[in-house]
Amino acid sequence: MQTEKAYRNDAYAKVTGRATYADDISFSGMLHAVPVYADYVAAKDLRIDASEALRSPGCVRVITAADVPGSATFGQIEKDYPMFVSGQVRSWGDVCAIVVAETRVAAKAAAALVKIEATPVKPVLGIDEALKPGAPVVPSYGDSNIVTHHRLRHGDPEPLFAQAELILEEDFETQAIEHSYMEPETAVCVPRSDGVVEVYGSMQHPFSTRRFVAALLGEPLSSVEVYTIAVGGGFGGKDDTAAVVCARAALAAKLTGKPVKLRYDREWSFRESYKRHPYRMHYKVGVSSEGQVLAVKATMYADSGAYLSVTPWVTWRSTAQCFGPYAIDNIHADVYGVATNNIFSGAMRGFGSPQVNFAVEQIMDMAAHKLKIHPLGMRRINMVKQDSVTVTGQKLSGHTVSLEDVMNRVVHEIGYRKKYEKCSFGTADGDELYGIGLAISYRGASLGAEGMDFCSCIINGQYDGSILLETGIHENGQGSETTMTLVLAEELGVDLKRIRYRRSSTSVIPDSGTTVATRGTILGGSSVVIAARQYRKLLSDHLAERLRCKPEEVTFHDDKIWGLNYAYSLTWEEAMKELFLQRITPYAFGTFQAPPVSWDDTNGQGDAYFTYVYSCQAVELSVNKKTGAVTLLNIVAGHDIGKAINKAMVLGQMYGGVTQGVGMALMEDFVREEGKTRCLNFDAYKIPRMTDLPEMTGIIIENHDPSSLTGAKGIGEPALEIIAPAIANAVFNATGVRYTKLPIRVQPEDLA
Amino acid sequence: MNTITINGTHYDVKDDELSLSLLEFLRERNYMTGTKNGCERGLCGSCTVALNDKAVRSCITPMAKAVGSTVVTIEGMERPDGTLHPIQQAFVDCGAIQCGFCTPGMVMSAYALILRNPEPSREDIRKGMKGNLCRCTGYQQIVDAVEQAATVIREQALSPRPGCERDGSA
Ligand code: FES
Ligand code: FES
Repeated sequence: MQTEKAYRNDAYAKVTGRATYADDISFSGMLHAVPVYADYVAAKDLRIDASEALRSPGCVRVITAADVPGSATFGQIEKDYPMFVSGQVRSWGDVCAIVVAETRVAAKAAAALVKIEATPVKPVLGIDEALKPGAPVVPSYGDSNIVTHHRLRHGDPEPLFAQAELILEEDFETQAIEHSYMEPETAVCVPRSDGVVEVYGSMQHPFSTRRFVAALLGEPLSSVEVYTIAVGGGFGGKDDTAAVVCARAALAAKLTGKPVKLRYDREWSFRESYKRHPYRMHYKVGVSSEGQVLAVKATMYADSGAYLSVTPWVTWRSTAQCFGPYAIDNIHADVYGVATNNIFSGAMRGFGSPQVNFAVEQIMDMAAHKLKIHPLGMRRINMVKQDSVTVTGQKLSGHTVSLEDVMNRVVHEIGYRKKYEKCSFGTADGDELYGIGLAISYRGASLGAEGMDFCSCIINGQYDGSILLETGIHENGQGSETTMTLVLAEELGVDLKRIRYRRSSTSVIPDSGTTVATRGTILGGSSVVIAARQYRKLLSDHLAERLRCKPEEVTFHDDKIWGLNYAYSLTWEEAMKELFLQRITPYAFGTFQAPPVSWDDTNGQGDAYFTYVYSCQAVELSVNKKTGAVTLLNIVAGHDIGKAINKAMVLGQMYGGVTQGVGMALMEDFVREEGKTRCLNFDAYKIPRMTDLPEMTGIIIENHDPSSLTGAKGIGEPALEIIAPAIANAVFNATGVRYTKLPIRVQPEDLA
Repeated sequence: MNTITINGTHYDVKDDELSLSLLEFLRERNYMTGTKNGCERGLCGSCTVALNDKAVRSCITPMAKAVGSTVVTIEGMERPDGTLHPIQQAFVDCGAIQCGFCTPGMVMSAYALILRNPEPSREDIRKGMKGNLCRCTGYQQIVDAVEQAATVIREQALSPRPGCERDGSA
């Protein structure tokens, strides 16, 4: 049990039920909207007849693509995602109308009366079908189902396969996964008298949401104000679809002139929202007798589903990290995104690396086993070390490359060496087979060469000494507001009580990009440091005289502002009064720009990320011979995150990430049947429960990162990306059977 | 007229409200929005409240059945002066809260658990609360919190009863 007390700025509100999520907001005269789906996977000539629905009691309006003043389709990269579908249906999640009524019950009743007809066309249901010559072309843009292709060419693997002692050719497959945030998508939109539409939504990214809303309304960005409220989880999943839910509610508010709430049932959320990309991967790997990986060829296909969303960025990360944390001199990779009529794929915590790691970390164990080398030795020989060159040709310098240390710490904590000798490898006296397994990774921090990386922060001092802080990073539940507050308190040497984190709106703070890619702490935290430096300079310049010293001698600590040698000091109350008397606004605006990265698309070479997080996770488990049931016994996770600003929150991210990874490894599977799904709630789609998990230990390793002004890197995604292969390796060490397809389902007959 | 007692207050239940779920009665009719709706099918535990001291999922509890009973929701847990219930305090102290959407249901499940088992082992906690899903925390710090709350209540001989009941009846 932990003794150190955790701190969160929103803990009191959340633990008392006062925290306001979108569905907790109501306005007088508010109308309710619900979506209407077309029961087709692929169809053309969509016809919608709303006449009967409109006659239903309480029904106010039925809105379709024909009512859209702006653009009915939008997207983060390609504007292909229909907020209201017209003409052609491309997936079972497509929405063709929303029904607006006086109550939610009336809206649902009317929605059932909307008549939809269309002419079905042959759907493309998987990667194989999509790649067949003559397959129907799914995307609305372009003329191929291959919607993106990244190449990586580093050295020349072909001649080296001849020199290899061992050549492995392996196929791996991963599944679609539903984010399963506990709060379904919800939006409340209010038409304001000045023409602005206010948006209160359960979404991950206010600025992305604003772009979707403005596009649908055909209004400038300045006419949409998206407010930050409590969000019940995101994990990458509350961007496109959540933004579209907000956009539809905004349109309904605009057209009816009334506040409108659009709250999603869990079934609609599962049906419509994007999933983690299913991957199919083929690896050819040549290894020397000593365990040196000499050559790698990798080909991967990601099922993008019906719409593009961020598929090019997800597959880009898979390319840049295509062979785990190993320095391989001769490697070629081709990563394709493929369009199908499946419910589309998009961002999810991990973002293209959990899939790759599932393959690579098993390959390392497979090779070690075949060559009779210890799995740790195999990793040690090949892993990146200080000044190693990665598969993208990036020299890892300027930060501490601590992978070996991280692995050692986890190995020691769990007792891997001794326990590895005790693994059953298929034979045991009783019914329980025992295994231990581990996996390692490095993860490029933040967006890398996939996007523009910057973030802003505002510090606004008040007359009474209190301080308002806001940043462009959005709170999704991970505790980013708390992190920013802690950073500022440290920078200004003030009590936490002095600082109030101001929940921003898109009309106040400049667009700072998405809270994705484990970038909240590193970008947001650094922007706070920059603004705080300016703020201290401003205060020093104007208070030095009162403190009878030079500006550079002023210091900030113990909740006061001090002159040289502590001879004079000012309380914050006094300092603020002094500034106002001098007619100086105690205000600072700072922007942090991420260090430069570079990328050459032709060969997939460049400095992909400005720094990396190093990770190792290990698991002990048993497999029942008679039932195949896997029981997790112990999990240890170790991560070098630069610096822990809030230890309890970092551990919480680790445990939560590991748990989502356990779901991916053993339970979760968003099964599609002919493009439809029965996974519409937590009965058919199972996520981990308390009883599915063992006690976990998190190890925080801190090597302050020079590229981050706080020294901190981030933990959200690294925590999730390696437990699945660690489990697969442990299952092999228990059973002697390799599972290369997720989720792992051990059948008793496999063990015969 | 049917009535129900929620957090120490008596509510009349109109005939047309008998067909609602307890969750709808709380959230939609009485704007007690602390109890959350995560699935509306009895599958996630976000809507858990204590009904006659037992944890129930309010989304699948019909008002017709709930009338006449005594209900405690998250809004009734803290003391009248705003001090947190020991269970709530332990959730805060142990870092058991991330997005917070599961938190009210978790706290109410923990409350019912500690009422029937004042000294739960970690295993008991996991088994007793497995109907409450959380996607953020991996449960570890939630188990810590419930264990710590039970210890504090025992060692300091506190009443596990929530603020609303101590204020009203006790
Ligand atoms: S909302 Fe009641 S159990 Fe999910
Ligand atoms: S804290 Fe987010 S679901 Fe539990």
